[in-house]
Amino acid sequence: MRRNLFVVVLLALGAGACRQDMHDTPRYEAYESSAFFADGKAARPTPTGTVARGWLREDETLYTGRANGELVAEFPFPVSQADLQRGRDRYDIYCTPCHGALGDGQGMVVQRGLRRAASYHQDRLRDEKVGYFYDVVTNGFGAMQGYAEQIPVRDRWLIVAYVRALQLSQHATMAEVPADRQGALDNPPPKKAETPAAH
Amino acid sequence: MQVFPKSANYWSRGSIIAGLFVLASLGWVILTIQRSDFVTQANQFIEQPVQFSHQHHVGGIGIDCRYCHTAVEVSTSAGIPPTKTCINCHSQIWSTSPYLEPVRASFRDDTPLQWIRVHDLPDFVYFNHSIHVKQGVGCETCHGRVDRMPLMLQKSSLQMEWCLDCHRNPSQYVRPRDQITTMGYQVPDGTTQAELGAQLVKAYNIAGVEHMTSCSVCHR
Ligand code: HEC
Ligand code: HEC
Ligand code: HEC
Ligand code: HEC
Ligand code: HEC
Ligand code: HEC
Repeated sequence: MRRNLFVVVLLALGAGACRQDMHDTPRYEAYESSAFFADGKAARPTPTGTVARGWLREDETLYTGRANGELVAEFPFPVSQADLQRGRDRYDIYCTPCHGALGDGQGMVVQRGLRRAASYHQDRLRDEKVGYFYDVVTNGFGAMQGYAEQIPVRDRWLIVAYVRALQLSQHATMAEVPADRQGALDNPPPKKAETPAAH
Repeated sequence: MQVFPKSANYWSRGSIIAGLFVLASLGWVILTIQRSDFVTQANQFIEQPVQFSHQHHVGGIGIDCRYCHTAVEVSTSAGIPPTKTCINCHSQIWSTSPYLEPVRASFRDDTPLQWIRVHDLPDFVYFNHSIHVKQGVGCETCHGRVDRMPLMLQKSSLQMEWCLDCHRNPSQYVRPRDQITTMGYQVPDGTTQAELGAQLVKAYNIAGVEHMTSCSVCHR
C-alpha cells in the first residue's frame, strides 16, 4: 500500500514537471531582446555601406520625387481608380489625425494643441508640384516629421494622388460634375462626423 | 455475527456513485482552472515603461491602429511602433510631461523603449496577422475593445480551442475588409452576421473546415 502511494505521487510529480522548452525555443521572435549583442537588439542594423536585398534606390524620381534634383510635376507611374481608393485609405490612416479628412488642417491632434498645418486648399499648395508633396511626406517639413519609416514608397505616391483629388474636390464647379451625377449632390450620403468643415 | 447491516449494500453502492461524482467534479475543476484567466493570463493589466493608453489615442483621438502597428497587413507580426512614431506628435504635445520622459530619453539616446509583451503564443504555434486581416477578421474580434483600454490587456485566452472555435466556422466573425480596425463594429442594418458572414466567407474564398483545422496549419 505504502509503495503504491509512493509510485502514484512520483507519477503525479513527473506529469507536473513538464518542461517548457518548446514554449520558448532558442530563436528570436520579432522584437525579442538579445543577450548576445551589446545593444540588446536581436534585429541587426545593416552595416554602413551595404544595401539590403530589394532596397536599392536607383530610380531617383520614384524614391525622391525629383528628376536631376528638380521636383517632378508628374507621377512616376500611372494612377488608376483603385490606386486612388488605396490612397484615400492610406490618407485616412496616416494624415487625418493632423490634417483632417478634408485636408484643411483641423485634425483631432491639432485640436489638442499641435501646430496647425496650412490647408491644402490655399493657392500656394494647389500650385505645388506632386514631387513637393512626396518630398514632404518622405522627409517632413518644419514641425511635421517624415513618414518614410511608416509608409512604403508606392503608398506615399498614392496618398499624394489623393491629396490632389481632395484639392480638386474643394475647388470644383458645378459644370465640372458629370451631368448624370449632378442630382446626387443635392442628396449627399450621411457624412461621418469627424472634422468640422471650416472654410 | 453480521458485521455489516443490510443497509451497507446501499452505502457501498452510494459510495461508488459519490466517488464517480467526486472524480467528475475534480475533472471539472481542473478544466476550469485550465481555462481560467489565472492560467491563460487573460484580462490582466501589465505595467509598461510608459503609461501608454490606447483609450486616449484610439478612443479619444481616433488614430487608426495601422498608424502605429504598420506591419499588421503585410506581416506575421503586427509591429510595435518605434519611438519615432510617438515623436511625430509628442515633439509638441505634452512635450514637457514627466509621463513622457522615457519616450524622449529613448529618442535622444537612440535606445529602444522596452515594452513588456502582453500577448505571447508558445513558439510551437504559427500565427500570422496578415492572413487574418486580409480575410476580414477584425482586430476587435481577437483583441476586444482596445479603444477602452487605459492599459493594454489580453482579452482572449489564446488557447487552441479559441483558435479552433473560429477556424471551424469563421462566418460567425468575419466582417467587410474596410471595417478591420473599426472598434464597436455593428452589422449593417437589414442583414445579420450569419447572412453577411456566409456571404463574405464565399467572397473572400476562405478555406473549408478541413484545411482550417488541420494540425499543420498552426503547428508547422
Ligand atoms: C502628427 C501630425 C501630422 C501628420 C500625421 C501629418 N502631418 Fe503634414 N504637417 C503637419 C504640420 C504640423 C505641418 C506644418 C509644418 C510647419 O508649418 O512647420 C504639416 C505640413 C504638411 C505639408 C506642407 C504644407 C506647406 O505649408 O507647405 C504637407 C504637404 C503635408 N503636411 C502633408 C502631409 C501628408 C500627405 C500626411 C500623411 C502622410 C501628413 N502631412 C501627415 C503635421 C502632420
Ligand atoms: C499611437 C500609437 C498606437 C495606436 C494608434 C495603436 N496602438 Fe496598439 N500599441 C501601441 C504601443 C506603443 C504598444 C505597446 C505598449 C502596450 O502594450 O500598451 C501597443 C500594444 C498593442 C497590443 C499588445 C501587444 C502585446 O504586447 O501583446 C495590441 C494587441 C494592440 N496594441 C492593438 C492595437 C489595436 C487593435 C489598435 C487599433 C484599435 C491599436 N493597437 C492602436 C501603440 C499604438
Ligand atoms: C497622432 C498623434 C500622437 C501619436 C503618434 C502619439 N500620441 Fe501620445 N498623445 C497624443 C495626444 C493628442 C495626447 C493627449 C491626450 C488627450 O488629450 O486626451 C497624448 C497623450 C499621451 C500621454 C499622456 C497620458 C495620456 O494618455 O493622456 C502619453 C504617456 C502618451 N501620449 C504616450 C505616447 C506614446 C508612448 C506614443 C508612441 C507609441 C504616442 N503617445 C504617440 C497624440 C499622439
Ligand atoms: C485572429 C486573431 C487576431 C486578429 C484578427 C488580430 N490579432 Fe493581434 N494578435 C493575435 C495573437 C494570437 C497575438 C500574439 C502573437 C504571438 O504571440 O506571436 C497578437 C499580437 C498582436 C500584437 C503584438 C505584436 C505581435 O504581433 O506579436 C499587436 C501589436 C497586435 N496583435 C495588434 C493587432 C492589430 C492592430 C490588429 C488588427 C489590424 C490585430 N492585432 C488583429 C491575434 C489577432
Ligand atoms: C475570429 C476568427 C479566427 C481566429 C480567432 C483565429 N483565426 Fe486563424 N484564420 C481565420 C481566417 C478567416 C483565416 C483565413 C483562411 C483562408 O483564407 O482560407 C485564418 C487563417 C489562419 C492561418 C493561415 C492558414 C493557411 O492556409 O495557411 C493560420 C496559420 C492561422 N489562421 C492561425 C491561427 C491561430 C494560431 C489562431 C489562434 C491563436 C487563430 N488562427 C485564430 C480566422 C481566425
Ligand atoms: C487554429 C490553430 C491550431 C490548429 C489547427 C491546431 N492547433 Fe494545437 N495549438 C494551437 C495553439 C494556439 C496552442 C497553444 C495553446 C496554449 O498555449 O494554451 C496549441 C497547443 C497544442 C498542444 C498543447 C501543447 C501544450 O504544451 O499544451 C498540442 C499537443 C497540440 N496543440 C496539438 C494539436 C494537434 C494534434 C492538432 C491537429 C488535430 C492541432 N494541435 C491543431 C493552435 C492550433
